[in-house]
Amino acid sequence: MTLEELSRQLSLEVHAAVGKLGTEVTGGYVSDLLSRVMAQAQAGNVWVTLQGHHNIVAVAKLLDLAGVIITEGVTPDPTTLKKAEEQGIPILTTPLTAFTVVGRLFALGIRGTDS
Amino acid sequence: MPEITRVQELVYELEIEDVMSRDVITVSPQTSMLEVREILREHQISGVPVVKNGELVGILSIEDLIKALAEKTMHVSVEEKMTPNPVTLRADEPVIMALSYFDKYEFGRFPVVDGRGRLVGILTRGDIIHGLLRKLEIEYHEEEIRLYRARHIFEDVVSDRTSVVLRYDVLAHDFEHAGEASLNVKLVLTRLGASPLIVRRASTVAYEAEMNVIIHTDEGGEIIVEVQLGQIVIRAVDTGPGIPDVALALQPGFTTAPQWIREMGFGAGLGLANIQKWADEMRLESPLGKRTVLEAVIYLNRKDEQ
Repeated sequence: MTLEELSRQLSLEVHAAVGKLGTEVTGGYVSDLLSRVMAQAQAGNVWVTLQGHHNIVAVAKLLDLAGVIITEGVTPDPTTLKKAEEQGIPILTTPLTAFTVVGRLFALGIRGTDS
Repeated sequence: MPEITRVQELVYELEIEDVMSRDVITVSPQTSMLEVREILREHQISGVPVVKNGELVGILSIEDLIKALAEKTMHVSVEEKMTPNPVTLRADEPVIMALSYFDKYEFGRFPVVDGRGRLVGILTRGDIIHGLLRKLEIEYHEEEIRLYRARHIFEDVVSDRTSVVLRYDVLAHDFEHAGEASLNVKLVLTRLGASPLIVRRASTVAYEAEMNVIIHTDEGGEIIVEVQLGQIVIRAVDTGPGIPDVALALQPGFTTAPQWIREMGFGAGLGLANIQKWADEMRLESPLGKRTVLEAVIYLNRKDEQ
């Protein structure tokens, strides 16, 4: 499933790198600890987090993640969106909690790195 | 904002003369329509510029020919059936200009003229497509050659021990640029032809080392990545404050990071554990108050990573 279909299904708001929404999502990972993400997330994964500061972009780019979903209505910093645009990392937001987002992703067939 | 593709850039970069057909078949105003029919058939074209004494005076399309056929006026000269003073494009205009002309006028071709109004070429939509594809192909080949050179650096350069050394300055508490050194490490390694898994391991190690320098040092430090023939050595070197208890620092979850840094998702006490996880070797030396030298080695010749 592409990030675009996924964002439609979950009614996510797209904030950056619209041109990269066609990326195929290979799985998902959720954490707010950046080192955990660095250790676990795989290329092409969608990352679900509460963090909205711009360091999430470097992490996503380093790991070639498909995109980042920021939960609970957290507004990403302007520098986050600027860097995300530069690096081509889609940033999507939702008022939903991480629990609900992940549940819906799972229902759509998106799996974790360990399943 | 949608991503701008290379093709979109090219239609601004390329000039019409880069893509137009130069061998233009022309006719004179006195040519008969019967002759034009033969010319169009012979060359399999659907229109032809009309030139008098080297100057463009009109254009005759296949539609004009069909009209003449229907009217049974094939014996008359081109002059009577052509479209005079045709819309032209200039050779030095960008291709995007031509695209807008094709949209604006519904013509199949435009004569191309130079600055003095002389006919130098002809342009169809097909010419534009061919020109773009040709340019993309050239660029693709150039990129292939660059990649080839980068990937064969160790074979092309003769020395007893060849290595590529990348050095990145990292400032203390510079969250603004955090991760940039590691992103550059990733780019260079990819260029040098490292496998995705090696790139992943090395950039993760570099990232954790970079973040440690940003979070924990007083005056920043340096990330030094040395790509050798069989391994990548990543060093993070700083001038203090040092680590009081190295064994404790290595324990997953142990951290000295302040609350504000932890709220950003950093400083969870996992950095060194991550480096140990992804590197084949790791050494940490930290005389208290003086410096910290972290060295991680990633082997390139492990069977599973060729």
